[in-house]
Amino acid sequence: MNFRSHLEEVLSSSKFAVTAEIGPPKGSDPNKITKKAEMLKGCADAFNITDNQTAVVRMSSIAGCCILLKMNIEPIMQMTCRDRNRIALQSDILGAYALGIKNLLCLTGDHQSFGNHPNAKGVFDIDSIQLIQIVKNMRDKGIFQNGEKILAGRPNVFIGAAANPFAEPFELRIDRLRKKIKAGADFIQTQSVYNLDKFNKWMDEVKSNGLDKKIHIFAGVTPLKSLKMADRMKFYVPGVDVPDTIYNRMKNANSPKKEGYEIALEIIKELKNNNGIHGIHITALFWEDIISSLVVETGIRPIH
Amino acid sequence: MIITKQKNFKDLLNSVGKGPVFILGCKECATLCHTGGEEEVLAMKDAFEKKQVCVSGWIVLEPACHLNNDKRLLRPFKEELSKSKNILVLACGNGVQTITEIFGDKDIISGTDTLFLGEIKRVNEFDKRCGICGECLLDLFSGLCPVSRCPKSMLNGPCGGAKGGKCEINPEMDCVWDQIYNRLKQSGKLHLLEEIQKPKDWSKSLEMRREI
Repeated sequence: MNFRSHLEEVLSSSKFAVTAEIGPPKGSDPNKITKKAEMLKGCADAFNITDNQTAVVRMSSIAGCCILLKMNIEPIMQMTCRDRNRIALQSDILGAYALGIKNLLCLTGDHQSFGNHPNAKGVFDIDSIQLIQIVKNMRDKGIFQNGEKILAGRPNVFIGAAANPFAEPFELRIDRLRKKIKAGADFIQTQSVYNLDKFNKWMDEVKSNGLDKKIHIFAGVTPLKSLKMADRMKFYVPGVDVPDTIYNRMKNANSPKKEGYEIALEIIKELKNNNGIHGIHITALFWEDIISSLVVETGIRPIH
Repeated sequence: MIITKQKNFKDLLNSVGKGPVFILGCKECATLCHTGGEEEVLAMKDAFEKKQVCVSGWIVLEPACHLNNDKRLLRPFKEELSKSKNILVLACGNGVQTITEIFGDKDIISGTDTLFLGEIKRVNEFDKRCGICGECLLDLFSGLCPVSRCPKSMLNGPCGGAKGGKCEINPEMDCVWDQIYNRLKQSGKLHLLEEIQKPKDWSKSLEMRREI
């Protein structure tokens, strides 16, 4: 079988997959990405390059992905609907594939009011589900959103999407996942998991609806580096659910950093045992150097 | 004034099914642009009845966007409303949602498309004048708004596409930048255009609520 990307190949085998996030720098220095990538090479099957995450201006995702490609590392290009309309998005999809980018994660995007240019006009011409459908039609039917034919080369990308098992209303989460599958998503990366009970409840629903057979699911893991970060995650970041038990462990720990690492290990071990999950997606904010030991200690990757 | 346009009758007929439908109009904007005044509400009633759709009642609200006033005016129609399956609102999108707030269990059908905030130029002629951007910049442009009237919302216009004072995307539309230029020239204030206008603060357009 011809796989669209290395990531798709890994997921098609029975191997437990790992993706990890690399945030591009607030500047033009490519070394910021190459350094992180060198450190993380081998820890994950593919690396997400974020698209101006939290609406803060950074080096573009497409450029970050190209820097990884030069290093023979497979990127997942994140693409949000906040800053580009359907014309720009489709154009960048064509361009990204032409440059060798084979995985695309479709997101609506954080609202600009959360970022560093809150006076900007948000585009939101389309939403994530519409973007998934547009990419799927470009890839499989060779048509643009307006129905016109793509004339020279379809973007044969592996399509990703996000899901938040902790968002409200809970009953709608499965419907929305189903909708993303219907729109054409091949893989899902979830919001960071801290509340395992709630996550498992969501996974039970996913499995009882047979959705884990229709799409590859990565569970999100974000190690807590400090009490300050636990505070932020629990009280300020929309859509994240840090239960009191986890929060109190961080609060009472002699070394919150060590405790945060332990918590991440426990979460990964539990996620690994859930047969509906095909991999984990690690977002180690300002703590990328921890990823290597996380994947080794949990037995997901061999010691290198 | 909020300028609306009535939806296609066939689509409305499809939405109301066999009824019974209660029709609501609005005494302000929708009356002035002939989409939901008494005349249009009665014409709609007739048209429905000709198609064997049961119309349970009608009223023209004063105006539809006034929540408490709507509740008061609708009180005498309790019986007619209770047997209605759906409610057709011939008012702007705001009026429709005020009605949605009142009725928890009815299908609310919008009878119009809301187009813009504009002026009545002549009878039955309306022109867009405001984009409700939350921060008025009219002082900078001699009282003419490029945010709502220039399709590119250019603050440092004009673009290179206007021809004979008409806009490139619609030759029937005046180029607002042409008008701004002429007006400033007349008043000897062309120097105002020399200043580079900074990117606009679009966060002001995100206001959702105001209390006095």
